[in-house]
Amino acid sequence: MQLLSLSHHGQAFAYLASAILFIFALKGLTHPASARRGNFLGMLGMVIAVAATLLGQEVTSYGFIIAGVAAGAVIGVILAMRIQMAAMPQLVAALHSFVGMAAVLVAIGTFINTASPDSVMMGELSAGIVIGAITFTGSVIAFGKLQGLLSGSPVKFTGQHLLNAAMAIATVALAVHFAMTGSVASLTLMTLLAFILGVTLIIPIGGADMPVVISMLNSYSGWAAAATGFTLHNNLLIIVGALVGFSGAILSYIMCKGMNRSIINVVFGGFGSGDESGDASAGALAAQKGVKSASVEDVVYWMEDASKVIIVPGYGMAAAQAQHALKELMDLLLARGVDVKFAIHPVAGRMPGHMNVLLAEADIPYDRVLEMDEINPEFPTADVALVVGANDVVNPAAEEDKSSPIYGMPILDVRKAHQVYFLKRSMRPGYSGVDNLLFYKDNTSLVFGDAKDTIEGMASALKGAGH
Amino acid sequence: MSDPIVALYVFVLACFIGYYVIWGVTPSLHTPLMSLTNAISGIVIVGALLVTGAERAGLGTELLGFLAVLLASINVFGGFLVTHRMLTMFQKNKK
Repeated sequence: MQLLSLSHHGQAFAYLASAILFIFALKGLTHPASARRGNFLGMLGMVIAVAATLLGQEVTSYGFIIAGVAAGAVIGVILAMRIQMAAMPQLVAALHSFVGMAAVLVAIGTFINTASPDSVMMGELSAGIVIGAITFTGSVIAFGKLQGLLSGSPVKFTGQHLLNAAMAIATVALAVHFAMTGSVASLTLMTLLAFILGVTLIIPIGGADMPVVISMLNSYSGWAAAATGFTLHNNLLIIVGALVGFSGAILSYIMCKGMNRSIINVVFGGFGSGDESGDASAGALAAQKGVKSASVEDVVYWMEDASKVIIVPGYGMAAAQAQHALKELMDLLLARGVDVKFAIHPVAGRMPGHMNVLLAEADIPYDRVLEMDEINPEFPTADVALVVGANDVVNPAAEEDKSSPIYGMPILDVRKAHQVYFLKRSMRPGYSGVDNLLFYKDNTSLVFGDAKDTIEGMASALKGAGH
Repeated sequence: MSDPIVALYVFVLACFIGYYVIWGVTPSLHTPLMSLTNAISGIVIVGALLVTGAERAGLGTELLGFLAVLLASINVFGGFLVTHRMLTMFQKNKK
């Protein structure tokens, strides 16, 4: 097997090539047209990196490696083929957890394999273990919340932040002790504490902040890979770790800005409840509160002769799997000469870009799907704005009510449309638990029912209308 | 410069590359960005291979390494494939 063995220099050049390919892979995502090629470059980079490692002198046995890769390939391919687009946040959270765990295992394995580790190396090892362990358990909790296995409500108790701070300090102290002395007891305790910290850091964050949590864990998984690179003196891992770490950090920043909140506020805030059940007597409650409700026919009446309709999707669209029905509705409206556009808020859904993927899944062309800054000037010229399962991101309280917890959050200017129709299952407030002022505006009517059924109803009414 | 310092240089400069490249990513592709970063952070597989295949590795380490290879491979295969699936949906919707 050493026939094709690579020298250290050969390996280093191969790693450099693969780092460059990864950078181009990310660069490809600048535009949907170049993105697929970017993904292929990423695959090529990975093949080169793995081949260069296997052909190097350090790897001498292959049995467990082949078994691991084969099993991982089968599981990975099945997951990737089977996953529903609405469940992408869960898959991403699961994959974050795997990177974290792998980083922990690699660090421990490296420690065992090294004859006489020095302090610097043990310090680097500790960083890999701590970041990896926090990423792992944090992602497991995030997965549980997204999958509905755990409640989305923030778990808070008094002294929580103090406890977390104490554990964090203890973890660092144990890491320092381990680096100085090589004590296995300190290593073990540090690892356990880091696993616990991952749980306690994520449980106080509410369901409404899921897009930030996922982005943060994305970032952690990158830093875990970078720390592994420091341990192994492997520049490729360091470069990739930095790229991924920054990617997650930037996404977290964009998500926070989309909610007008600081990352500190999100991490310690505990915002939103996260349960979306209970739609008892929605109509009665609506009447009590003085909101108007409309029927499917009313909406169709206004839409069929409109010149422009803007559709605002939110998590409710994903939950109801209403994207395909929306595509049909869009086609029918387009056939009547109605201009149809989709407005996406940065934090709509449970992860960055969640809505865009669902609309793409339903074959809705991406040039009809606009970001908040692009679409906001168009609302005043829209005849109908149709809100499908979004709530907080269109709530005028963000601009009008200084006492509201969401005050200052940038919103989609839905209320400026001529008519606003709000598809809703119930009168329950959004994820943030804040009542929506939009319901009480003169030009707003609520359409109660399951989003998918309602939209299918509109589509068939439009077909029936046939001018 | 000692090795750890060189590594630090590489890390800091790579952070700058990450900063500029990621800001260029269009917001509509933020979900594929996450799954692609999932896939490429599967690069820890390199570390896993080194641990598992090392001459000094005993059975215990080989098992640890095997698990790490397995997890990292799920990321690599699952990440690239699901990204491909999503990007295909975007690409065929070109007008």
